[in-house]
Amino acid sequence: MDDRTSVRVAPKPAVPETAPAAPRRWRITLSPINQRRWQNFKANRRGYVSLWIFLVLFAISLCAELIANDKPFVVKYDGQFFFPIFRTYSETTFGGEFETAADYRDPYLQKLIADSGGFMVWPLIRYSYNTHNLDLPTPAPSKPTWLLTEEECAGVVQKKGLSGCRDLEYNWLGTDDQGFDVVARLIYGFRISVLFGLILTSISSLIGVAAGAVQGYFGGWVDLIFQRVIEIWTSVPSLYLLLIISSVLVPSFFVLLGILLLFSWVALVGLVRAEFLRGRNFEYIQAARALGVSNAVIMFRHLLPNAMVATMTFLPFILSGSVMTLTSLDFLGFGLPPGSASLGELLKQGKANIQAPWLGISGFFTLAIMLSLLIFIGEAVRDAFDPRKTFR
Amino acid sequence: MATKLLDVQDLSIGFRQGTRETLAVDRISFDIAEGETVALVGESGSGKSATALSIMKLLPYPTAHHPSGAIRFKGQDLLTMSERQIRDVRGNDISIIFQEPMTSLNPLHTIEKQIGEILLLHQGLAGAAARDRTVDLLQQVGIPDPAGRLKSYPHQLSGGQRQRVMIAMALANEPDLLIADEPTTALDVTVQAQILRLLKDLQTRLGMAMLFITHDLGIVRKLADRVCVMKEGKIVEQGPVERVFTAHEHPYTRALLAAEPKPDPAPLMPHAPIVVAANDLKVWFPIKRGVLRQTVGHIKAVDGISIEVRQGETLGIVGESGSGKTTLGLAILRLISSQGLITFLGKPLTGLNFKAMRPFRRNMQVVFQDPYGSLSPRMSISDIIEEGLWVHFPDLSNEEREQKVIRALRDVGLDPATRFRYPHEFSGGQRQRIAVARAIVLEPTFIVLDEPTSALDMLIQAQIVDLLRDLQKRLNLTYLFISHDLRVVAALASRLIVMRHGKVVEEGPAKELFSRPQSDYTRALFAAAFKLETASEGAVAQ
Repeated sequence: MDDRTSVRVAPKPAVPETAPAAPRRWRITLSPINQRRWQNFKANRRGYVSLWIFLVLFAISLCAELIANDKPFVVKYDGQFFFPIFRTYSETTFGGEFETAADYRDPYLQKLIADSGGFMVWPLIRYSYNTHNLDLPTPAPSKPTWLLTEEECAGVVQKKGLSGCRDLEYNWLGTDDQGFDVVARLIYGFRISVLFGLILTSISSLIGVAAGAVQGYFGGWVDLIFQRVIEIWTSVPSLYLLLIISSVLVPSFFVLLGILLLFSWVALVGLVRAEFLRGRNFEYIQAARALGVSNAVIMFRHLLPNAMVATMTFLPFILSGSVMTLTSLDFLGFGLPPGSASLGELLKQGKANIQAPWLGISGFFTLAIMLSLLIFIGEAVRDAFDPRKTFR
Repeated sequence: MATKLLDVQDLSIGFRQGTRETLAVDRISFDIAEGETVALVGESGSGKSATALSIMKLLPYPTAHHPSGAIRFKGQDLLTMSERQIRDVRGNDISIIFQEPMTSLNPLHTIEKQIGEILLLHQGLAGAAARDRTVDLLQQVGIPDPAGRLKSYPHQLSGGQRQRVMIAMALANEPDLLIADEPTTALDVTVQAQILRLLKDLQTRLGMAMLFITHDLGIVRKLADRVCVMKEGKIVEQGPVERVFTAHEHPYTRALLAAEPKPDPAPLMPHAPIVVAANDLKVWFPIKRGVLRQTVGHIKAVDGISIEVRQGETLGIVGESGSGKTTLGLAILRLISSQGLITFLGKPLTGLNFKAMRPFRRNMQVVFQDPYGSLSPRMSISDIIEEGLWVHFPDLSNEEREQKVIRALRDVGLDPATRFRYPHEFSGGQRQRIAVARAIVLEPTFIVLDEPTSALDMLIQAQIVDLLRDLQKRLNLTYLFISHDLRVVAALASRLIVMRHGKVVEEGPAKELFSRPQSDYTRALFAAAFKLETASEGAVAQ
């Protein structure tokens, strides 16, 4: 993100003998000022640890398909290998009757594969976010499997010919009222929340920074008109508009992103505008103008770095705000389409099913931990960019 | 002058930053007798201000600390005093005046309130008694119509008047010691002379001692009884002013005294081609009032000025701050809009837009005043210098461009190997050299120098002046030199324009003008600059 993390291009070999080429030109280097910032960031232990935890969680959730899926990694059938995670096979491939996609959780298909002398390698959790558990021991929402009594699972155990509750496929945090596994939905929900937040934040910052830059740099009428437009725009009640739009359009991921983007880009405008207004009369800007450097280059090369400090300080907080926006829309039922994994929807179910506390509790903790991590990271970033901060 | 009022023994000041420890002041000792003026001289970074602040215990503790030493004021050690005790000393027994009159007064309070606060704090005066005392103080520091000025806010006063208010605040409790930390550096020469005279008068009248911090040796000679020369945190020489000035012992003192820029201006070139000419140039800023923002008048920053600069000459423009000299420079470079014809090498520039101006920009360059502000802190030196090359010589290969940068750096006397560093790693003088390198790398014919030396120390000033003169001879450059520092102008300018309120007061060949100034204003300006004397009343603004 930061402009000063520049990739140095290797110089042409013909460097004059008196001027030794700097060795650091060969690799990615941090300018001293960024090194200091990185030190400051690391000095905030809580933020630094949070960053690592968050990165690990995010990395894990990015591979959600490899962790929680209703398709096995590998199927060996008839001496051949199949990779259902990456490709869709029809049931007939495995000797079934229908041309439909194979359902690997179906005991019939499992039997076919086993009979051919093959096997299946499953991910850690054998449910995807939209896998109905058809063998629920209790009516949905069903308890976490480790809380079930032998009495409660007797029916399913008998049906599957197992010896007890321990042998069931575990729903570690139970299921929701559709029979979906909560853990799987948390992993997918976390991913979609963070991705949504990241995309919304980056696009709206891009637009916001550009708009603020233009207003601040040119000032005068451009600024005046733009500011009034933004004032009118921000006074539009975005929630109601969202309700109206979502009743006309099916609110898919990108439709939601677009609608929220309409209103979220203004967040950074004021900040960047102020930085550009302040910066455009700096002497080195005058000097660049005197050199004949074009406006676009001046804005990008000389002024943007100044504005980036304020922007970078705000970004983590905008990110957590974006995550919250999506979650609250889902909670109200105006968010992602029904059936998609979402933390807000989980909270909504928790509210509707007070008798099933595992829904509310797991939703709450996931959100609380995710937002806390983001806020802690944000604090550390703020420290890092604080010019007056001294090392502790 | 018998008893020691202030006795500084073996004082050191260190600053901690993380694990790094820098020693700003290294075991210095000096003393001040009652009623005596001691000057602390040295370049920036030599620890003068830190010393002054430590006497008031105003340093950022605990980042700053004192590894050794004691400061005894009337026999009491200030360093071991508690915060409570030191507060009684501050403003009561010892007062301080800072350099920047713009920022040392609170812009949101009236003069009366700010002076009244001190009176209330230390003397318990309030109401009518406080007001009388305030008027009395303002009278003493020479503010006209003091009673009418009570309700003024700082922005309604001029720089000199603000500094007078600062002095009034410092004197409010009749301190025994006044610390003046470069009190005139931010002021014009004429105002500087007035403030210095005021300080001297007040000192004899009130019988206080003064610690005067400055980098200007002229002031020291005029004002001080004794002088301490500081270099890199140490006092290298101290003694009575006369002795230090005539029979100095330390080589640094000699260098400092010899640091006056040598007058060797570029010759007049009456037959050389005209590089830049401006005819009846006007820059008017509209004053808008009322709901409809109607223009009710104009601030005439530059009001009908005509100039001609010939190849190889240096045209000096002098004047006080606010006289419009910088505006004139920017207007000629067409960085702000103006009226009137500007021609460059015979081609008219008026009416050209930014794009059309670009080919001319290569030939007309500028060096600004503040070497800290004029270089982007986020670009390496090499990036800064080659920026203009990208615009004007986009076809250069990487090696050619690098060669040009290296040559420019050599020309200004910097080691080309340092070109991958960032501006903050350089000193003020080095940065100003970088700014010059950025200008000359384009091989221009004409350079506007907008106070290029006024933010620098005396020693460095002389070096930069030498550099500019040397470059002018070698590269056959034409300069427009804007400055309020007449000594520097005298060293460089072949012709001179004296500006006041956007108009030309006087112009002519520099030699004649310096020896036989015609107008009262010019005479007052020269007296203030060269002899630190205030001229006949009325010639200059208060």
